[in-house]
Amino acid sequence: MVILKFTATSPHPLPASFSRMSELIIPSVQKPISNRRDSLFMLSRVANSLYWMSRYIERSENVARLLDVNLQLMLDFADFDEAQLEKHWLPILCSSGDEKTFFKLYEKADSESVTEFLTFSEENPNSILSCLFAARENARQVRDQISLEMFETLNECYLFLKSSNAREIWQTGAHDFYEQIKKYSHLFQGLTGSTFTRNEGYEFINLGKFLERADKTTRILDLKYHILLPSVADVGGAVDAAQWQAILRSASALEAYRRFHVEDILPKKVAEFLIFSPTFPRSLLSCMQHLDEDLHRLSGNERREYKSAEERAFCKLLSDMNFITIDEILKNGLHQFLQLVQTTLDRLDDHIYQEYMYHPPVDTQSEILLHQQQMQQQQ
Amino acid sequence: MLLNNYQTDDFFDEMFTEGGNGVRPHYQRVADRLQLLDIAEHRRKQTAVDLAFMRGGVTFTVYDDDQGTERIFPFDLVPRVIPDTEWQRIEKGLIQRITALNLFLHDIYHDQKILKDRIIPPHYILGAKHFRREFMGFNVPKDIYVHICGTDLIRDREGNYLVLEDNLRCPSGASYMLENRAALKRAFPDLYRSARVQPVDNYAADLRKVLQYVSPPSLGSGQPNVVLMTPGVFNSAYFEHSFLARQMGIPIVEGRDLVVRDARVYMRTTSGLVPVDVIYRRIDDDFLDPTVFRSDSLLGVPGLVHAYRSGNVSLANSIGTGVADDKVVYYFVPKIIKYYLGEDPILPNVDTYLASEPEDRVFILGNLEKLVVKSANEAGGYGMLMGPWASKEEIESFRVQVRANPRNFIAQHPISLSRHPTWCNTDLGGGFEGRHVDLRPYILYGEKITVTPGGLTRVALRKGSLVVNSSQGGGSKDTWVLHGDS
Repeated sequence: MVILKFTATSPHPLPASFSRMSELIIPSVQKPISNRRDSLFMLSRVANSLYWMSRYIERSENVARLLDVNLQLMLDFADFDEAQLEKHWLPILCSSGDEKTFFKLYEKADSESVTEFLTFSEENPNSILSCLFAARENARQVRDQISLEMFETLNECYLFLKSSNAREIWQTGAHDFYEQIKKYSHLFQGLTGSTFTRNEGYEFINLGKFLERADKTTRILDLKYHILLPSVADVGGAVDAAQWQAILRSASALEAYRRFHVEDILPKKVAEFLIFSPTFPRSLLSCMQHLDEDLHRLSGNERREYKSAEERAFCKLLSDMNFITIDEILKNGLHQFLQLVQTTLDRLDDHIYQEYMYHPPVDTQSEILLHQQQMQQQQ
Repeated sequence: MLLNNYQTDDFFDEMFTEGGNGVRPHYQRVADRLQLLDIAEHRRKQTAVDLAFMRGGVTFTVYDDDQGTERIFPFDLVPRVIPDTEWQRIEKGLIQRITALNLFLHDIYHDQKILKDRIIPPHYILGAKHFRREFMGFNVPKDIYVHICGTDLIRDREGNYLVLEDNLRCPSGASYMLENRAALKRAFPDLYRSARVQPVDNYAADLRKVLQYVSPPSLGSGQPNVVLMTPGVFNSAYFEHSFLARQMGIPIVEGRDLVVRDARVYMRTTSGLVPVDVIYRRIDDDFLDPTVFRSDSLLGVPGLVHAYRSGNVSLANSIGTGVADDKVVYYFVPKIIKYYLGEDPILPNVDTYLASEPEDRVFILGNLEKLVVKSANEAGGYGMLMGPWASKEEIESFRVQVRANPRNFIAQHPISLSRHPTWCNTDLGGGFEGRHVDLRPYILYGEKITVTPGGLTRVALRKGSLVVNSSQGGGSKDTWVLHGDS
């Protein structure tokens, strides 16, 4: 027998910070164990990637539509001076919340600078380009989970954006470019419906999509909230009418609105439609109803049972929406209402993360300590 | 038409007989079809195939700029064809080899009879880089060490198949075998149908069965949770990892998705911690567990090895298989086969010199410019000296290295690998030229040993080059094993 001398392969020198024993020595408490062997479980990291893949795609589509509509709107107001241009584009910029980054890169907000920033800027994490790159990177992380068709669509979109072709198309006809972006999103969402298994992952994809869509609908509406201040509720000239029409189109809602309200485009009616329509799939209420269903399917909870205060707050808001009227909202301030919705959605996003995606981190040193202690044989 | 000016030169050609006059019978259908091909049609087909790979993300990422460029592995449309009788011999040889290597691994991690009987000098094994002395006496489920094996075969000037190396740790490329087949079926559907080719599609299902078969005995007859463990999206083989996971319908996990508690491995899911029973790991031993191997590993899972030792989780391949694909141990494989099976090897080795044997070392150092020198534990065509093509500086640098650490080097005479008609772009548009090829079949070891018919044919696309590795300008071909011999 060859005698083997055991030599330790890795001496583990203690890190300098090890004196802070209380922090390092205790291995983190992990989430509870469930002994599932039904192959229906889903990795938290995967859930997170599916959710964000879906959010980013929905976001890119919304940005594309918003820019497309507003560029077309500007064609009708060719005589706008610099101040008027800024007054038009600045709220659009602010609606994405990246105006600080914008002013680091550009001096003034006009059609060209804002659309470029929201379309191609890699410094802007919410530009169409950044969104779709991030969506594709998330898809790559979960390549084994999504259908080949879904990945191919997203990958084609990525290759299109990477090519010089994309910018050329945008420069020669921005409309064609945004059409293309929207088509990728529609194709992707359609393929998700027709090729993705209805498992837990589907709920996360839906949560991402509807949360993003609800949020974007509030932001589109918020662009024009000042017109709906009670004192000026009846004011409205040609510019405003066109702009309200633009808002409807930004939410793909113009035709749907017309079917319900054959009369003129009235600011109050538009707001009511985009918030309360029970049948239009981009209205706030519709999106929130979808979210509610997905949340319950995911948690397996009955009605009146909630996993967290955030989830409960969201369901309460949804319930309240069955009772409040557009007049009450306008009386208390549309902007305030929209902000409340946005905050509630933000917290819901946090809830989804905490409940399904987050796991307590493990500190390598304390893990090593734990396992070495457990490995020592006691005779 | 395009084959009319084809030159076989002084090599064994897979398609043409000596002198390039006759087509070998098993290639007749392919040759007939290629004769109908013109440059424009070839370009159309090649573009379609490349585009499909690109769209499907069958790519690897090159990080030579901050963007990261995606490239496809070049795919050549001309299939490599192997007649059934020839394949049966290869298959037998591969099964013989993996059986012996598995017995060898069991032996050196238990009684070490082969060392005591002085078949292999003990220092070669005990000093091997990938020998894991911590696993002496450890029993792996069903006594299987190597579940997935990729063996590189080459053919010499006479057309004899030789084993160039065994890959017993994390052999890669099986996904390309499957993707290449799909691509070729799209490019030449009629030819494929008429040629009667043995299918390769069972690979993923077979692999899954192997992984389930080696689940921890403590689990009983229950269905195990099997996962594929990847280093992550930045790994060059990430596509393959996600492809195989998808084909097998198992989750793909990274180290950060796993946590060990009470010597059991769990994955972090949306419904808390879920147990993991079998891990098909595509990570080297060294990185599996920072508590045992490299303490700086960020890819691994602290406590994984403890769970493995406790028999609560199975790993494929097992820890410590690398000792058997050490290129010095390769030298002994014919003896290993003889020792454990009492048989002569069906597939011979390439003649090899060991730098640590004084006589061989003198010969190697005196003939560096004529030999191929290889490091014992490198892969991917790295750490290699191709004497006849090397510069003076490279030769001298290897001379110093071999002298300093002879245990780490072997040398072989360069083999003029067989050649295969391969599409080459030229100023006139392109045509077929001979390029050197090898063959990597995939062997799965579970309840029984299965060899997927064919494997991955790699081709050195650069004129005259013998290096087929994808990292060094290699491409690949679909590989056909026919149902008959023509």
